[in-house]
Amino acid sequence: MEQKPLKKIDIIFGWDDNCTPIQVVEKSVKKTPESIILDMIDSGLKGRGGAGFPTGLKWKFARNEEADAKYVVCNADEGEPGTFKDREILDKVPEKIFAGMTICAFVVGALEGYIYVRGEYNFMLKALQQKIDLFNQQLHELKVDFHIFLRSGSGAYVCGEESALFESMEGKRGEPRNKPPYPTVSGYNGKPTVINNVETLVYTSEICRMGPEQFKALGTHDSRGSKVFSVSGDTPIAGIYELELGMPLKDFVDEFGDGDTKAIQVGGASGHCVPRKKFNDTIIGFEGIPTGGSMMIFNSSRSMYNVLHDYLEFFTEESCGQCTPCRIGCQQLLKGIEAVKKGERPPTYLDDLKRLTATMKIAAKCGLGQSVANPFTSIVDNFREEIIY
Amino acid sequence: MTNTEVLIKELVEKHGRTRNALMPVLQGVVACEKFLSEAAMIAVARELDLSAADVYGTASFYTFLDTKPRGKNIVRVCKTISCHMQGKEEIIKAIENHLKVKVGETSHDNKFTLLTANCLGWCHKGPVMLINDEVFPSITPEKAIAIIEEFSKKSN
Amino acid sequence: MVNLKINNTPVQVEEGTTILDAAKQLNFRIPTLCNHPDLSVAGNCRVCVVEVKGARLLAASCATPVSEGMEVNTNSEKVRIARKHVLELLLSEHNADCTKCFKNGHCELQQLASEYRYGDHIFIDLVKTGDKVLDISSPSITKDASKCIRCQRCVRTCTELQAVSALAVVHKGDHQTISTFLGKPLNDVVCTNCGQCINRCPTGALYERNYIEDVWHAIYDPNKFVVVETAPATRVALGEDLGIETGQRVTGKMVSALRKMGFNKVLDTDFTADLTILEEGTELLTRLKKALVDKDETVKLPMMTSCSPGWVKFQEHMFPELLDNLSSCKSPQQMFGALAKTYYADKINIKAENMVVVSIMPCTAKKFECNRSEMRDSGFKDVDYVLTTRELAMMIKQAGIEFDKLEDESYDSILGESTGAAVIFGTTGGVMEAALRTAYEIITGVEVPFTNLNIKPVRGMEGVKEASIKIKNTKPEWSFLEGVELNVAVAHGLANAKQLMEAVNSGKTNYHFIEVMGCPGGCIGGGGQPIPTSAEIRKRRAEAIYAEDMGKAVRKSHENPEVAEVYKEYLTHPLGHKSHELLHTHYKARKRY
Repeated sequence: MEQKPLKKIDIIFGWDDNCTPIQVVEKSVKKTPESIILDMIDSGLKGRGGAGFPTGLKWKFARNEEADAKYVVCNADEGEPGTFKDREILDKVPEKIFAGMTICAFVVGALEGYIYVRGEYNFMLKALQQKIDLFNQQLHELKVDFHIFLRSGSGAYVCGEESALFESMEGKRGEPRNKPPYPTVSGYNGKPTVINNVETLVYTSEICRMGPEQFKALGTHDSRGSKVFSVSGDTPIAGIYELELGMPLKDFVDEFGDGDTKAIQVGGASGHCVPRKKFNDTIIGFEGIPTGGSMMIFNSSRSMYNVLHDYLEFFTEESCGQCTPCRIGCQQLLKGIEAVKKGERPPTYLDDLKRLTATMKIAAKCGLGQSVANPFTSIVDNFREEIIY
Repeated sequence: MTNTEVLIKELVEKHGRTRNALMPVLQGVVACEKFLSEAAMIAVARELDLSAADVYGTASFYTFLDTKPRGKNIVRVCKTISCHMQGKEEIIKAIENHLKVKVGETSHDNKFTLLTANCLGWCHKGPVMLINDEVFPSITPEKAIAIIEEFSKKSN
Repeated sequence: MVNLKINNTPVQVEEGTTILDAAKQLNFRIPTLCNHPDLSVAGNCRVCVVEVKGARLLAASCATPVSEGMEVNTNSEKVRIARKHVLELLLSEHNADCTKCFKNGHCELQQLASEYRYGDHIFIDLVKTGDKVLDISSPSITKDASKCIRCQRCVRTCTELQAVSALAVVHKGDHQTISTFLGKPLNDVVCTNCGQCINRCPTGALYERNYIEDVWHAIYDPNKFVVVETAPATRVALGEDLGIETGQRVTGKMVSALRKMGFNKVLDTDFTADLTILEEGTELLTRLKKALVDKDETVKLPMMTSCSPGWVKFQEHMFPELLDNLSSCKSPQQMFGALAKTYYADKINIKAENMVVVSIMPCTAKKFECNRSEMRDSGFKDVDYVLTTRELAMMIKQAGIEFDKLEDESYDSILGESTGAAVIFGTTGGVMEAALRTAYEIITGVEVPFTNLNIKPVRGMEGVKEASIKIKNTKPEWSFLEGVELNVAVAHGLANAKQLMEAVNSGKTNYHFIEVMGCPGGCIGGGGQPIPTSAEIRKRRAEAIYAEDMGKAVRKSHENPEVAEVYKEYLTHPLGHKSHELLHTHYKARKRY
């Protein structure tokens, strides 16, 4: 499998005085939408929120829809435990997000854009609004017919799921919708909508600035470019790092671990737990383990039962509750490992629960319920004795 | 009209009368009053032509749109894994002792409600707490209490 | 058209068809719980998941449209395992005290559990307990959260069909539940008691407050004289709960069964439906005269029917400014009770305090209505107990009566005779049609100008119907109506009613008379009718109603001989002194939230 050594990159937070975000917009709107779509597809950029859908295709689908209104939505509802990169981007280089949104709007034919920021980041709304106002003014001066609005969440992890986010923007409970239809056909207000993660939008504007070549020179065949990682847990250098995609986990541990790393949770609570023995042959990228950026490091002092218990408690509370596999499944998993720990159920009950997660993975309505299987099976499989005893 | 009704009228003027305005309106009420009282939810329902149950159903979905009475300041300590690993238990215990409340309760002087929250997005700087909308990363039990004392003075 | 294969069988269906419906065409039944033909698609129970070749996820067949070349398996191993898990999860939070449950034998979850027979339940018991689980505050509807599987059918019913939204989904995650505003008792919120939620609840989480034992007790009491009245729509639906095909009329069998059960007199709400037409028709004409001749601006038009207690309570909550537009007539049920404990008790020499009036209704709101403080004009509670069609079916079974083998019998007299006009009260547009048949003839002396008296424009299942009848050749005393175009509207289901009321409030309409029934389809689709319900079932019940009308010798209320007799002996004339005392009332505003 193709891999790249660990390499720190400075695209996202870098600043080019000769080509500022608004100048990237100015430059881009002189191109044709089709050529921008081609650049996006050529760059190989995939969504950085975790699901990894090719961004160029998403834009193309939305462009091809006929509708009286279309929208661009920036998903800044970063709620995955262990992820905090979007906050930093919103804080440091929000203009790059605005530029990405504007270029997207130009491509698909949208006049309004929304940034949906999680309620936990309310403290930054005021500053962000000021920057948005300034940018809107600049767009007005450039005669670019696009306006960005700011919306905020109020503490619901599931609203990071794109259709739940639309429901929330429409003043409803953040319950994910049935798919199809997908957002590019029917999103916010039932209109074709491109919804991209904060980081993805920044990369789109960067690709427009520097061209697709420079971006796709980074990473591997399936995982082009770089990605921002949120590093936390048992590490002396917790923080935010932009790294080239395709590195083996071992490189990552060597760089960030505390010398006693037992496992890494790649992709947050909904991601996979990789034990030490698999560090060598795990690639960070779409060919290996994809991640929205959360890298949580556990050393040998940590109980993996506690880790799993925390995750399951999180999902039990944050499930929207509408679909059976997720609402009840999460509760059963949580109560189930407690029962095994207390000896009220035999250790083999863990296998019953694993079968349940297999169902959740294919039968839950949205990504939240579907992904609970990831931490559950990877932790139970690799640390079974810690769960039982 | 009560103060709450006046506030809601203003919010509706600003955000509109459509269902899409519901979240910003509810958020505006919570920003001023810390929680959504029965009267507030009814007033919002009336303004937006929704049923009260519908407003309640939507509000109660969101952790920060409290429908239970809350104190003047809401303290939310992050309880998710990274903060757990970095000592949120000690923080919570210290605050509980200091305010003489348990998680979920409001202090006797109505100045503080202590709650826990799921991941607040500061995993590299845990433990972290929010007081209202303000964030306090890398806290210790001592720091947490000092911060709460600051707020206490401001609330006099 | 789209071509696909389901379980290896090719099928061609229209674009937009769901996998569930496509499978139905091939006679493959896929189990469902949250799906209901009257409601929007939810796709949340996940019991209907199927495997689509090439897809990573199973698809909720109720929510997934077919696509060209799709290959679906409705019974693969993956599907069976997922279905088993989904059902077992639901059962783990469901209070499965089936033998005690009012819905025992009529529960969709129980039915699926019985089909699959999984044996051991592997999961941990999550059934809710505590004193907030059971809400018995309402005289109409009982809500039991421990039986709820969160399919949200009730919420969608209350919102989409009834525009009431008394119920909502609240909280999230493991705390998610179905609740009223702030969890208040049903009796304290905007609930209209229509019971449509009950008709669509797949389990025993919502069911009627039942009075079966009270009624048996009254029947067994030798000191009580128990009179029963039966509503128009019951006779075209009761059979469904007793093994008889949908759409079959069982009037005569029902009478026979009631007699065998021990009711002292079996009488008919249809009788008071005819009486209602005389009172309400006269009221309409009086209002028109006041408005057109006396130019009395205090007269409220359009006049609106008041037979449907769910609708009346809806108005009290939602449109109190239109309460004076409601006809002052009590509903036929309450007119019956008031007459039974006065005129009728005297006539048959029974003391009113010893009389128990039981009414068989397609309705749950009627249970609330009979408990209203306005409904005691006889000096007693005019109607003592209201039973739904479903409760009556249960009682017939309990009594060991083989319903399908019964001979037809006739109602007792007096208060038992009725016309075709009364029968059609049971379906949307019926009260309007009955009123027009009588009013037109009073005004002009000739029958309404519609073939066979069938006023087709007010029939059918369209949400809001309108009609205009030009009045020509009036009798001298009604000459002020000569040439007047009488404009009427009919709505059924409260969402349609809301739309109509908003139109009235906008001032852009010029209706004289409006009929509203709270339930979709009118009483035939009432909240107390046999379950399941669907547009098709309601259509067949309505057809049965019209067939019953056509079979009646007399089809105009004013020609009901018993009604004439009651006026002669007791009431004197419509809107007379006694009528005012016993048959009319008015309603008060209730809180909107």
